[in-house]
Order: sequence, then structure tokens, then C-alpha cells
Amino acid sequence: MTKSADRTPKIDVRVTQIVDVTSEIKRFRFEPTDGKPLPVFAGGAHVVVEMEDGDTLRRNPYSLMSSPGATDAYNISVRRDPGGRGGSMFMHDRVTVGSLLRLSHPVNLFPIDRRARKHLLFAGGIGITPTLAMMSELARYGDAFELNYAVRSENDGAYLDQLRNTYGKRVSIYRDDQGEQIPLTTLLAAQPLGTHLYVCGPGGMMNWVLSTAEGLGWPAQNLHSERFLAPPSGSPYEVRLAASDLSIKVGPHQSMLEAIEAAGVDAPYLCRGGACGQCETRVVSFDGDLLHNDHYLTDDEHAGGQKVMPCVSRFEGRELVLDR
Amino acid sequence: MTIEFNTETFRGDFTYHNSPEAIARFPFPFHEDKYMYSVNIEPHISFRPGSVYEHPFDVDEHYVSEVADRALVLNEDPLRSQSLPHMNLAGWDLLELLMTNFSQSYPQWFELHQDGDRWHWINRPLGIDDTFTFLDNTTLPYGPMEYIMRQTQGDYALLDQRDDNLWMDAGVITTQADWSLDFDIGMNFMEWHGPVPLAHELGVFDRALKFLLNLRQGQPVRRLNWTMTVHPRLDTSPENYAKWGVDRATVTPENAGEYMYLRVELQSLWRLPRSNAIVFPIRCYLISLQDLVTIPKWGRRLHRVLRDLPDELADYKGLTMTRPSVLQYLSQFDDGAQTSAGTFPD
Amino acid sequence: MLVEGIKSRPIYSPLVARTGTLHLFMADGEGAQAILDLATTASPGFFERAHICYIPRAAAGRGFESALQALNPAAFYVGPTVAAALPRLAVELANAHMGTQIYLAGTEGMIGQAMVVALAAGVDQASIQREHRGSEARRVQCVHCKGITEDVTTQPAKCAHCGLMLLVRDHYSRRIGAFQGVCVDAEMPGTAPDPEEAFR
Repeated sequence: MTKSADRTPKIDVRVTQIVDVTSEIKRFRFEPTDGKPLPVFAGGAHVVVEMEDGDTLRRNPYSLMSSPGATDAYNISVRRDPGGRGGSMFMHDRVTVGSLLRLSHPVNLFPIDRRARKHLLFAGGIGITPTLAMMSELARYGDAFELNYAVRSENDGAYLDQLRNTYGKRVSIYRDDQGEQIPLTTLLAAQPLGTHLYVCGPGGMMNWVLSTAEGLGWPAQNLHSERFLAPPSGSPYEVRLAASDLSIKVGPHQSMLEAIEAAGVDAPYLCRGGACGQCETRVVSFDGDLLHNDHYLTDDEHAGGQKVMPCVSRFEGRELVLDR
Repeated sequence: MTIEFNTETFRGDFTYHNSPEAIARFPFPFHEDKYMYSVNIEPHISFRPGSVYEHPFDVDEHYVSEVADRALVLNEDPLRSQSLPHMNLAGWDLLELLMTNFSQSYPQWFELHQDGDRWHWINRPLGIDDTFTFLDNTTLPYGPMEYIMRQTQGDYALLDQRDDNLWMDAGVITTQADWSLDFDIGMNFMEWHGPVPLAHELGVFDRALKFLLNLRQGQPVRRLNWTMTVHPRLDTSPENYAKWGVDRATVTPENAGEYMYLRVELQSLWRLPRSNAIVFPIRCYLISLQDLVTIPKWGRRLHRVLRDLPDELADYKGLTMTRPSVLQYLSQFDDGAQTSAGTFPD
Repeated sequence: MLVEGIKSRPIYSPLVARTGTLHLFMADGEGAQAILDLATTASPGFFERAHICYIPRAAAGRGFESALQALNPAAFYVGPTVAAALPRLAVELANAHMGTQIYLAGTEGMIGQAMVVALAAGVDQASIQREHRGSEARRVQCVHCKGITEDVTTQPAKCAHCGLMLLVRDHYSRRIGAFQGVCVDAEMPGTAPDPEEAFR
């Protein structure tokens, strides 16, 4: 097993069911190996799934789509992404019923705002996964909500029948191949004060929804989104870890955080997607370019060259020294 | 652990007393001979059996009497228990957290039986035997937060997390060191800490907030805070300032040992699962100076800490008027000898 | 006890025209000038989507009413007191949609009370701009009896409800819309200093 210094508590699970949801999406059901209740969570939470893939220890975040009150099992859905770093391919091609995996405790960076008088949800593609858990929770507590769900086609849309049957008129589905498009401006302009908006889906869709809302005068505090940035690939490079007195190599499809962990060095993390700030690392010195890919540091901090988020950012140049 | 619960008062005739065991396990907060603010947060893990750190939520000999004093305070002033409407779910999270921990830590006193969402709760020291439906407010005599807080020692604040900040949107606050829940409810982290001098300039709150925003389920943290009180009065609220403020002028070097109490708050912070809120327990421990000095290291150290405490901190902690008498009293127990590092008795 | 320099004290800044589908203005006294200043940089057509509510108070007769009317807002109302105008604001907000921007200018007392109404209507505080103009007189909540005393100009100040002499702190509650007042002579009753003008 690859060395890892991560000491946060984990949950050991067995895969007990795999379902083909669409041609690209599979659903996985996890049950705890010790038979104890799984932690409850708030809709919008994700877990980090650890997968041993030969020499590589993968850690990918996946939204929990199951009902937040269910403690016997967790469900996630994974879209097969051949152009990615291999995590989704591993889940689709190598994980079977009976496989053993480890999960982090649930972490929530996309929670429901309980002050809202109404919740307006937007989902596109695999972004439906956290939305399902959120709707289950909103329905449970009797809160007002609506879902607008954009899919490529009826066949490519995950969970369409389940949504129609469970939520009826509260769900509107827009199939791209039928030319159906969300009437976004009219929809947003008609919402009562106190409506909160939640969007999870492809980057282009999220940018469209958020910028339209901002253009209509919605305050940022009422707009909630979750982007799972996969760490981008790039040229390999070396990093000197000053506090550990080590030099490590970061592979083309490996994030800086993964390389640090593989060297056995303790590096804090939480979302592993450039959003939460937990992995913030001090840059001791560098000769080259820091390639910032996160959503956490400010523009000034990006330009200042003193901090980097190793979960998603990379480096090009002659030398990078980090305080790890 | 078999203990007798004290019958004692925290007002009027002040019959509060600490047994020798309670004195020995008192959470003395100073690990060195001086004090300054810091983000002194550490993992809240079990440590030193028999100490206040053994269990996640400590129940001691003062349990029954503290709960009775809380009931009196809430009767006099219902504004000490408030929950903004969106915090009801966090209240249920808190009820679950306390019931599961109390019943696991002290099975001789507390039992929790769960059959789906039908729960059966037994609290022997208070003679409570209730069944209710989890998440259904109508099956409890109070809202979930107030229900469980009426069976708990210490003040608890529920903090909603949003907009990269924490908001004090619910709490039961009856044993506070001089802040008002009614005034502060709805404020964010920087706002409710507004009245604390110096700490903002030191960046203490910026670092603490960043840390707390990433607090995870299953990984609670704790820290200690302290002040001093005249008489073992739990309710030193600003609302009742006119009642207890006058006590400060009655302290003399001769009576300081009996009248003055070191008041230590064991604070912890927990991420709650369904609401994603944070609960902030503030558990209050009181020891008279005359009991404290029976531990020689503590007598020496407390004298030195108070002697060298900056005036702004002394003023903020309400010590200005009583400090001269306290120092005169404690100086009898400080021979200048070296003290060992750490907070525990030698 | 820290009295001044407390971080809960609101920070006021000049009103700026923001993107929105409806702009609700409420001003008292010299706050009218803040709206007139904003108008010099607002885009054409901005006031076609604006409602202005103005309470002249001590600034009556100085031409503010006609100057605001001349901006041609979609609705213009002049009211006799802040208290009378607040229910109107509440109803306007009950009918409003997301994209409504709120602009408050004038005394802290009016701003605080209007903000309480707006927050209760589900408006996020980020949608509410606040500019202080004119008197610095304060609303003060007595921490002891919870009564609010209006238009406090002295330090200390007498609680209009229970009669205690209160130290007026900078600690401010947005939810209540008032500063905190704490009994100034609790430790030694009868030693309260004479009130002196502090908030003009």
C-alpha cells in the first residue's frame, strides 16, 4: 500500500450494489464493514473515497446522493470520464460488488441555507447527485423548493423517472436534444425575496446561472454553488519540502498534494478541490511560475507568490520550495 | 464512578462547596506564570481518567444543583434561551449529541433507547423518564435545545455557518461571564467578539475563525478561558449586573480567600451533522481562592499571573476593583519558588 | 469594559447605484442629500425603477422634498415620522422579488429600524446599503430591562423605561437595531457621573 500520513478518521466500507444508471453513470452503494450506523450528514455533503490502484493511492471526492437520515448505507453516482485522471475509470472498471474502500467522514461545503423562504435548485448532468440529497432533506422538513434539471437527452439523464415520481411539479426537466432550455431570466426575476439558489453542474452552466442572477441584482449571499475541480494535469516537476528536508516529483496526472502525501508527509486537506482552504501551504521560494487553479486564494494572494493550494495548483520552472 | 450530588446554592446563601476530589480535578488554566491571549485550541480527546477531560461532556457533583439554578434563571428571564427559527434542526443535533454522550459516559445515570425515531430517555439524577419522536417538536415539553439544556451543566451556543463566517443564532446562556445572549444573538464571530480588547489586533480571531470554518464531524476541539467572580455565583449576566456588581466593593484582603472564586470555562467546539452548525459548550468551574491555595503550585502561579496581567485584560475580565485585595491575599502563598510547567498539581 | 472601538459597530459608506430590478430608498433628515449625490452618477432610467420614502424631520423646508421629487422616481412618499413609514416598507417588501436593492440614509436610529424590517422580510443584509448623515443620536437598548430609548445624545443616559443610568457602548445589535446600554454605577450605586453631550 502506498505510504500515507493522513491520520483523519476513516470509515471502512464494502460495495454492496452497483447499478448502471445511464450509459455513462454508475451508482455505488457502500455499507460499513463493522455494521455500525454511518454518520448522518446534511444534504450537499461529500465523502472522499480512497482507492488503491496498484502503486497509486487515489482520493476522489463524491457527493452523497442518498437520504441524509439513512445510516445503513451511502450512495454515490460516478460519471465515467475517460479524459480525466483515472479515478472515475477506476470506479467504473475495477470496483466490483464486494470491493473494500475507505471513506472520509462527510464534509459539507454546499449546505442548505435554512433561513431561506424558498430554495431554487439548478442541476446539470452529474451535478444532480448532491441535489438529490438536498431535495430529500428539504422534502423531509417541509421546505419550499423547485428543481430545474438540464440533461443532454432522456436517455442520458440520470434519475429522471425517480424525480418525476417523487417530486412531481416541483421538478422541471430540460432535454438539450429536444431544444428545451431553462427560461432563466424570467424564472429568476419572479422569485420572492428570501429565495436562495443552488447550482451544481458543468462549469459553463454554473457560470451562466450565477452571472445571470448577479446581473439581476441577486446578492452573492443567496447564491450557492459547488464545483468539483479535478486537479488539472500538466508537465511533471520537482518540489522541495523544506520542513521535511525532502525533494519530491509531481507526476503529470498527480496533484502536488498527492505527491506530498505519497512521500509520507502530513499535509492537511479537506475538499481536495481548490475550494475550502485547508491545504493552504506557504511558499518558501520559487523560480518559475505558480499555476494557481483554486477558487480560494484572492487575486492578490495569487499574484503575491507566498501561498499555494497544492490540491489543484501546479508549477512550471526551475525550483519550488514549500514549507511542508 | 460513584459520587454524591451536592445540594448547594449559587445565589443568596451561597452554600456551594467543592469536595477534595473536585478541588484536585479542577481545570486550572495556567501552564506558566503569566497569561496572554492565544488560539489555544487542542483536539478534544479523552485524557487523564478522573479529570474533567476524561469524558466528552463532564458531569460532576454539582450537576443537580447547577441544573436547578438554571431553571431559576430561565424562570426569571426567558430571554436567556433563544433560537432563531432556522436553528431548530441544530437543536435536534445537539439533543442527539448530548443524549448519546451522557448515556455512553455515565450509564449509571443516563439511558437512551432508540427505536427508529421513537426515543426513550432516562435521566436518573433528575428523575426524568420521557419518550418522544426525534425531529418532532410537539412531542417534547420545550424545543429540543432548551429541553436538553435544562439537563446540562454549562452554557451552549449554536453557531450557524454561512458566508465564510459563524453566526450565533441560538443558545441557552445562564452561567455566563458578563455577555448578553439577547443582545448578541444574530451576530457573527467578529461582531460578538467586538468587546474583547487587544485580541483583534493580535489576529487571534482571524485565525480562530479560519480554523473553525473547517471543523469536521468526529473531530471536536477544546480550549480554556478564565475570569474571577465574587461568591460562587453562576449567573453573572449583564442583565443582573446591578445585583452582583455591588459584591465587588465588599472584597477585602481578609475575606478574599473565602469570597473570591477563580472561574474557569472549559469550552469545546463540535461540528453537528444534520444542520452543519457548530455547537460551542462553555462549561463553568468555580473554586474559592482558599481551596485553590491548598495546591501550592496553583497559589504561587495565580498570584504571579494576576500581578502581571495587563490592565486592559484585567479591566475586560472585571478584575480591576478586586485585584488589589486578591493580590494581597495570594502574596501570602507565593514564596517566589519555581513552579513546574503545565497546569496539573505536582 | 470596552466602550469604544467595538467591531460590531456598523460601518457606513456612501450609497452607490447597484444592479437590480427595484431600488427602494428610505431617508430621514439630511439623508436626502445622500440620494441626490447618488443620482449624479446613476445611469439614465435608474429612478424609473426606484421608490423613495422620505421623512424630513428637522430638515423640513430646506428643499429636499422637491429635489427628490424632481428625480422622477416610480413612487415618491413623504412621511411624518419613521415609525409611521416602517409598515409601508414592510408591505412593499412583502410584494418584492429577488433583485430588490435597499438604500438607507440618515440617522442611525432610522437605519437600524428599517434594517430590522428588511431583514424580517427575508432580505440578506448584503442587499442593504447604509449611509449615515446628520445627527449621531443613538437608539439604546437597556440590557437590564430590554427597553429601547430613542434619540440618546448623552453619556451616560437615563433608560426611559426603568430609570437606570446607562453607559452607552459602541456594541451594536443589527437584530435589535440599537446600541447596548449597561448600568454605569452597578458596582457603586449612586456614583453615576452627570450626563454630558456625546452624540450630537
